[in-house]
Amino acid sequence: MKLLAFLSQHGDEILQATLEHVWLVALTMLLAIAIGVPLGILVARRPWLSKPILGTANVAETIPSLALFGFLLPVPWLGNRADRVAIAALTLYALLPIIRNTATGIAGVDRAVREAARGMGMTEQQILFHVELPLSLSTIIAGIRVATILTIGIATIAAAVGTGGLGEFIFRGLAMVNNPLILAGAIPAAALALMADFGLSLLERRLRPAR
Amino acid sequence: MSSAPDDQPIIEFQKARYQLPTGRILLQEVTFAVPRGETLVLLGRSGAGKTTALKLINRLLEPSAGKVCVEGRSTLDWDPIALRRRIGYVIQESGLFPHYTVGQNVSLVPRLEGWAAERIEGRVRELFALVGLDPDEFLARYPHELSGGQRQRVGVARALAADPPILLMDEPLGALDPLTRGDVRREFHDLQKRLRKTVVIVTHDISEALLLGTRIGLMEAGELRGIYSPKEFLSATEPLAAAYTAQLRVLEEAREQK
Repeated sequence: MKLLAFLSQHGDEILQATLEHVWLVALTMLLAIAIGVPLGILVARRPWLSKPILGTANVAETIPSLALFGFLLPVPWLGNRADRVAIAALTLYALLPIIRNTATGIAGVDRAVREAARGMGMTEQQILFHVELPLSLSTIIAGIRVATILTIGIATIAAAVGTGGLGEFIFRGLAMVNNPLILAGAIPAAALALMADFGLSLLERRLRPAR
Repeated sequence: MSSAPDDQPIIEFQKARYQLPTGRILLQEVTFAVPRGETLVLLGRSGAGKTTALKLINRLLEPSAGKVCVEGRSTLDWDPIALRRRIGYVIQESGLFPHYTVGQNVSLVPRLEGWAAERIEGRVRELFALVGLDPDEFLARYPHELSGGQRQRVGVARALAADPPILLMDEPLGALDPLTRGDVRREFHDLQKRLRKTVVIVTHDISEALLLGTRIGLMEAGELRGIYSPKEFLSATEPLAAAYTAQLRVLEEAREQK
């Protein structure tokens, strides 16, 4: 009851924080896709690059998020603004599933199909855009889905460096030992993650090539 | 296009060899020529080097030594894309693009070549009719909605789309059940009589080789053991050729016993 009262009282604030959160996640995902998909294609094309690229992304994934935000603060330009730090760190986390799934998806394209494409006289670029990417799209979306859910969660921690978003409520609630306040951040964040999961898995299934 | 005289072989292997980076030799020094309009069948067991030879023609592979010429020009001097657009390629399991309708599959090369829409439309319908599929019924379907035999026909239609002078077929009937194989084989035979393309087919099936080939190249362990007309092949003394014809005899005896 206390929670409901809190929610109705602070509805505007929660909505505001949710929008901030979505904005942070959206920007991160755009960046992560723009970097991750080309890197994934590169890994699929040049297998020897797979170890260094995936290895680096893997290491980035193991750094505790709070520490990573801290590490990035003193970096010039990035450290000037909290949202830059947050987006840079979140992008690093989001990269691994996107790179890995892009590479896996492209490597998983039927050899016969790829060979037919080459034999028909398609250029490497045409094969990539007309054959490989469309056929691995559902796998790539699956990676984006995992990365999005991950980002929505970790973005709450970005509030520690002052980016706003739903993490604000959680940190404030923790400091004030106020459960409704924590939940006011946690519930919308969980709801966002569930919605992203649902929406993207729907998309993933629609794009899965029929066999 | 260079005005190659008609008597010049359209495909020519000159001591062509293919070796993997590991040093394994897949094709020994092979020399042969394919005149225009011929259907050459490369017959042999798996691993005999047939597919390797085929891929040297459309430059999916490049010879480690020697030369492979198409229309009088070494494949290495061709722009690989231009070369492949002049060579239809049909592979086992058809290699159709699963995310395109069969109509889109067939129209892909003409679209890449920038043909006008009406011309493509007409050509695709013509090709479907040619391979015995009703365009109105099939054009909008996806490959997975077709039977193996129908897919294979679409594969042939796709290879013929831009009217290439050369057609390469790698075990085109390999994935089909025996009855469908028979149908497609007969139809292909009729088709070839009408189209007069230069065709190179790879197969391990002796009856296919005899029915489709104007000549049969026998391959074993990366070597070309000889080229025969179907008639010559049946009476060839080469032990491997004899082994293949013995296979036929077994079939015949089985039929007589019934």
